[in-house]
Amino acid sequence: MGGKPEPGNVSSKSESMAAKKASPDLLNSLSFKSLKLKTKQQELLLRVSILGLVYVLAFIARLFSVLRYESMIHEFDPYFNYRTTLFLTEKGFYEFWNWFDSESWYPLGRIIGGTLYPGLMVTAALIYWTLRFLRFFVHIREVCVLTAPFFASNTTVVAYFFGKEIWDTGAGLVAAALIAICPGYISRSVAGSYDNEAVAIFALLLTFYLFVKAVNTGSLSWALGSAFGYFYMVSAWGGYVFIINLIPLYVLVLLITGRYSMRLYIAYNCMYILGMLLAMQIRFVGFQHVQSGEHMGAMGVFLLMQVFYFLDWVKYQLNDTKLFQTFLRITVTSAILVGGVALGVGTASGYISPWTGRFYSLLDPTYAKDHIPIIASVSEHQPTAWSSFMFDYHILLFLFPAGLYFCFKRLSDATIFIVMYGLTSLYFAGVMVRLILVATPAVCLISAIAVSATVKNLTSLLRTKQKAPQSGSTKGLGSSKASSKVLLDQSQPVQKNGAMALLLGVFYLLSRYAIHCTWVTSEAYSSPSIVLAARGAHGNRIIFDDYREAYYWLRQNTPTDAKVMSWWDYGYQITAMGNRTVIVDNNTWNNTHIATVGRAMSSYEDEAYDIMRSLDVNYVLVVFGGVTGYSSDDINKFLWMVRIGGGVFPVIKEPEYLVNGEFRVDKGASPKMLNCLMYKLCYYRFGELVTEYGKPSGYDRARGVEIGNKDIKLEHLEEAYTTSNWIVRIYRVKPPTNRL
Amino acid sequence: MMNLSRSVALFSLFLLPLISFSFSVDNPTDRRVLVLLDDLSLKSSHSIFFSTLKSRGFDLDFKLAEDSKLGLQRYGQYLYDGLIIFAPSTERFGGSLDSKSIADFVDSGRDLILSADTSASDLIRGIATECGVDFDEDSSAMVIDHTSFSVSDVDGDHTLIAAEDLVKSDVILGKTKIEAPVLFRGVAHSLNPTNNLVWKVLSASPSAYSANPSSKLSSPPQLTGSAISLVSVMQARNNARVVISGSLQLFSDRLIRSGVQKAGSPNKYEKSGNEQFVTELSKWVFHERGHLKAGSLVHHRVGETDEPAIYRIKDDLEFSVEIFEWSGKSWEPYVADDVQVQFYMMSPYVLKTLSTDKKGLFHTSFKVPDVYGVFQFKVEYEKLGYTTLSLSKQIPVRPYRHNEYERFIPTAYPYYGACFTTVNPILPSFFLSLSLSLTHTTDKAKPLDTFLNADGWFLRLQLRLPLP
Repeated sequence: MGGKPEPGNVSSKSESMAAKKASPDLLNSLSFKSLKLKTKQQELLLRVSILGLVYVLAFIARLFSVLRYESMIHEFDPYFNYRTTLFLTEKGFYEFWNWFDSESWYPLGRIIGGTLYPGLMVTAALIYWTLRFLRFFVHIREVCVLTAPFFASNTTVVAYFFGKEIWDTGAGLVAAALIAICPGYISRSVAGSYDNEAVAIFALLLTFYLFVKAVNTGSLSWALGSAFGYFYMVSAWGGYVFIINLIPLYVLVLLITGRYSMRLYIAYNCMYILGMLLAMQIRFVGFQHVQSGEHMGAMGVFLLMQVFYFLDWVKYQLNDTKLFQTFLRITVTSAILVGGVALGVGTASGYISPWTGRFYSLLDPTYAKDHIPIIASVSEHQPTAWSSFMFDYHILLFLFPAGLYFCFKRLSDATIFIVMYGLTSLYFAGVMVRLILVATPAVCLISAIAVSATVKNLTSLLRTKQKAPQSGSTKGLGSSKASSKVLLDQSQPVQKNGAMALLLGVFYLLSRYAIHCTWVTSEAYSSPSIVLAARGAHGNRIIFDDYREAYYWLRQNTPTDAKVMSWWDYGYQITAMGNRTVIVDNNTWNNTHIATVGRAMSSYEDEAYDIMRSLDVNYVLVVFGGVTGYSSDDINKFLWMVRIGGGVFPVIKEPEYLVNGEFRVDKGASPKMLNCLMYKLCYYRFGELVTEYGKPSGYDRARGVEIGNKDIKLEHLEEAYTTSNWIVRIYRVKPPTNRL
Repeated sequence: MMNLSRSVALFSLFLLPLISFSFSVDNPTDRRVLVLLDDLSLKSSHSIFFSTLKSRGFDLDFKLAEDSKLGLQRYGQYLYDGLIIFAPSTERFGGSLDSKSIADFVDSGRDLILSADTSASDLIRGIATECGVDFDEDSSAMVIDHTSFSVSDVDGDHTLIAAEDLVKSDVILGKTKIEAPVLFRGVAHSLNPTNNLVWKVLSASPSAYSANPSSKLSSPPQLTGSAISLVSVMQARNNARVVISGSLQLFSDRLIRSGVQKAGSPNKYEKSGNEQFVTELSKWVFHERGHLKAGSLVHHRVGETDEPAIYRIKDDLEFSVEIFEWSGKSWEPYVADDVQVQFYMMSPYVLKTLSTDKKGLFHTSFKVPDVYGVFQFKVEYEKLGYTTLSLSKQIPVRPYRHNEYERFIPTAYPYYGACFTTVNPILPSFFLSLSLSLTHTTDKAKPLDTFLNADGWFLRLQLRLPLP
C-alpha cells in the first residue's frame, strides 16, 4: 500500500539531510540563487515535510477497517466508551460525572463517573464540540472511530521530539516513521478501536518525553508540562501505574549511579507533587497515590530525594569528610528506619492497601492463573508467545539490542531513561500480550537509534571516501573512523563497498518492515470482531453480522426494562447496542456477581432457574460457534465460567465437568456437562441440524465433534431468537408455572 | 359515515382482548358456567346446588360429558367463565375437550369445580393431578372412618363421614360458622407436597383411612388420618380458582337434605352442613368473595407529588397503594392491617406495614437506605382465600452528586487553617525576594545559605537561574 516505501524514504532522506549538514556550502554558490534555500532552511523543510508525511501515513494506515467494513466501533470495551461518550455529548459533563447507570450490573448498578477513566470520552467530546463549533456537523460515532488514528498520528510527532531529545533529529524522524506503522501499536489504534489505549499511549510517551526534557534542562516549566501529561495519562488509562513506578525507578538508578543533579531534583519533585495532586482529581484514582501500595515507591523516592538534597547541603556546610561520613550513616539509617516503620504501620493498619492482584500478576506471570481466574480468563492477559513478538515487532526485535548498544555507548540521563523504559516494558510485554503496546514506543525509539546511528556512520564513511581523492589525504575521515587512518589506501574501496552493501541491507530490512506492517494491519488487526468475516469455498468473503442482528433484535423485540443475562464479555455490547439491562459486563468490578452468573450457567436448569428468578432475568443470551466454526464462543469459555463460579460457590466443582481432565462435549462428556444450562442453551435443537456435508447431524464445527446430547428439552426457558448463523442465541425465561 | 363505521370497527378491535377475558376488571364474578355431567339425571339429583347457583345469577349450560359438540372455545374465545365437572366416570370427553384444554382453561384465569367419586376415571384423576391433588391410586378405595361416621350410614361400612374439620377461613367459607358436620362419601386425595397453592378445605379426622370397604385390609392403607383431604381448593398464580372434591354426593340433594348425627356425639342436626358448605365454596370459587384489586404503586418524595425517575440515597419518600375488595356486587375498600411493602434489592432493605385510611388507601413513608442500586417497591400480599397481590415497581437509587456533599466539614477546620497559614507567609516573602532579585539581577554567585532560603529557592526555579 501507500505505506511501503515510506520508512526507507524517511531514513534515506534524514540521512542525506544529515550528510548535507556536514557538507560545505559548495553547491550553494553554483545553483540558482533565487530558488536556493540555505542549508538550515532546506533541512527544516525536509524535516517538516517528512514529519508531515509520517503524520498522514500513521492516520491512513489505520483506516483499513473502515474501508473493509464500515465506520463502526470494534470489540467489547469500545462500546462502553462509545456509550459513555454519547451520554457525555448529550447530557453534558456534570451529568456524565455523576452518572449512575442502572442498566448495567443489575440490580447493583454502577457509578459510571466514579469507575471509569474519563480521559478518552472527554477527548472525543472535545473534538466533537470543536468540530461542531467549526460548523462540521459530524456524528459522534465518526469522531470516536477516528480518535485512535488521530492520536496515533500525534504520537508520531511526540516520538520525533523524544528521539530528538535522546539522540538526534535523524533518530527522531526514524522513530516517528517506525512507530507510525508498528503493528504492536496499530493493533490497539486502528480506526474504530475506541479504547483507552488509543489516547493513553500518546499521553504516556508525552509524559516521558516531557520528563526527560525536564531532566535534561532542569526547567520547572517542562516538569510542569510533564505533570500535566501525567494527569492526562491518569485520566485516560490505568496503565499510568507504569509511569508512576518507572520514573521513580529511573530516578533511583540515577541516584545510585551518582548522576544526582539539581535538574533531576527539580524535574522529579515538581512532576511527582503536581502530578499526584492532579491525579487525585480523577474520581476513580482518588487517594490511591497516598494509600495504595503500588504508588508507595514513588513516594519513597520522593523522600529519598529530599534526604539527598539535605545531605548535599550538610556536606557543603560541614566541610569535613569524616564528620560528614558519620552524619551520613546516622541520617541514612534513621531515614530508612522511619520509612520502614511508616510503611509497616500504614500497611498493618490498612491505611496503605496492599498490591492488587493485577499488579501481582504483572510481576509474577503465574499468579493470576492460581488466584484470580477472572484476570487469567481474558485472552489478552495471557503470557506472550514468541511468535507474537515477531509478528508485532518484526525487524525491531533485532534492532532493539543494537539500539541498546548505541545507547550504552553514549550514556546520558536521557539514554538511561529510554534503556530502562525499554527493558522494563519489554518484560511486562512478555508477561501479558496486551502490554506489547506499552513496550512498542520504547522499542521503536531504541531501534530508531540503531537505524539512525548505523546509517549515519555508513553514509559518513561513504561521503568521506568520495572526498578523499580531492583532498589527497585521509584527513577528512574525521574522528568517526579513527582506525581507518591506519589502513592503507587500497583497503578503502573495500570498505566503501562494504558500507554500500550494509546500507542497502538496512534499506532492504526497512522496506521489508514496511511491507510486513502493512500486511499485518490489513490482515490481522483491522477486523472489528463484532462483524466476522470468513472465506467461502470459492474464496469469496462471507460476512457474519450475527452479533448486531441479535442486539438489534433485543432492542426491537423485548420490553425496555428487560434484564439480559449473558457471560460478562457481551455486557457492554448488549447495553450499548441492545439498550437493555445486563447483569454483568466487561467492567469486572464485582467478582461475586460474575460468579453468580457463572454458577447459573454451569448448574442444572432448575437450579439455574432459581438464580435467574432471584436476579429478575428475562432473557439469556449465549454465543455459539458450532455452526460456523467460530471458536471464541461460550462453550470454549465455559471452563472459565465454572472456575470463576466455583471460586465463590464451592458447589460448582471443575472436575465434574471434565472427563479425565479433558473438556469434551461429545458422547464421552461428563453427565453434568451434558445437562448444564450452558450446554443446553448452546446445543438446543442443534442435534437436528446437519452442519457439514458427510457428517452426522449435530456436528459441532468449532470443536470438530458430534455432540453428546442431541435431545435437549428446556423446561423453564424457551428459545426466543437465534441469529441466521446461530452465533447468538437468545432464550426467554418463562414465568413460574401457573398451577405448581 | 364511512369514517365513523371504520372508527367503530377499530374501537371494537381494541375492545376485543378485553371482552375475551372472563371477568372484566369491574366485575370479576363469573357469569357463564358450563356443567358437564355423565348422566343427565344428576341435574335433578343435585338440583339444590344448581338452583342456588342459578338464583345468584349464573347462566348454567348443562352438557353431557360425551357430547360430541363439546368445546370451551370458539374462534379463540372462551365461551364460559367457569366449569363444573360432575362426571367422575367419564373416560373421554366428547368434542375437543381433553385434560390439556381444561388445564388451559384454568391457566387463562377461569374457574373450575371438579368432583371425583369412587371409581373415578383416569381422565378426572389426571385433571386433579394437574391441579396439585392426587387421588388414591386404588380405584375402589373410599374414605373410611370408624369414629366420625354419620349414624345415618345405612350400609354400616362407615363410609358416610360426618366431617367437621373445616379450614378456618372466613373468605372461603363465609362469615357464618357451619355448625352441622358435612356429610361426605367418596374417595380420598392428598395434596402435592411441592405445591403451595392448594389447601385442604375439608379434611378427614385423624382416625380416617382410605381403603376398599368391601374387602379385607391386607396391607396398611396408603392414605391415613388428617393427611387425607376430602375437599381441596387451589388458587393458581393468575388467581384462577379450583375446587376439587372427592365426593359427588357431597353436592347431592340427598345429603344436603338429610339430617346428621355424628357417631358418639349427642348433637343431632336437622340438616347437614352440606348446603351451606357447597354454597359458600361456590361463592368463593366463582369470585363472589375474596377478590382483591390493587391500583398502581404510587411513590414520591416527601413534599412532592410527582413520581421521580430516580431517588437519591437517604431521600424521604411516601408510598401508597389502593386496594379494593369485590363484594359480589361492588368494589369496597379493603381493610387490613397486614399489608406490607418491601424496598427490595436482592433482599428487602426496608419492610414496612402499611397503614390504611379505611377508604382503600394504604400508605407509609420511609427513608431510602444508604445503599445505591436498582430497587423495587414490592407488595406481595398472599393471604389464604384472597387473590394474591404481587406488585412491583422498579426504581433506581443513586448516590450523592458531586455537589451534594457538605462543602465544609467542621472536623476539617484545622486543615483549612493549615492551608492558609502555609500560604500566608510565602506570599509576602515571595514578593519581597522578587523585588530583591530584580534589584540584584547580576548577583549570580549567591552564598548557599541565602539560596537555601525557601523563597529565594522558589524564585530561582521560577526564573530558571543557573543552579550550583
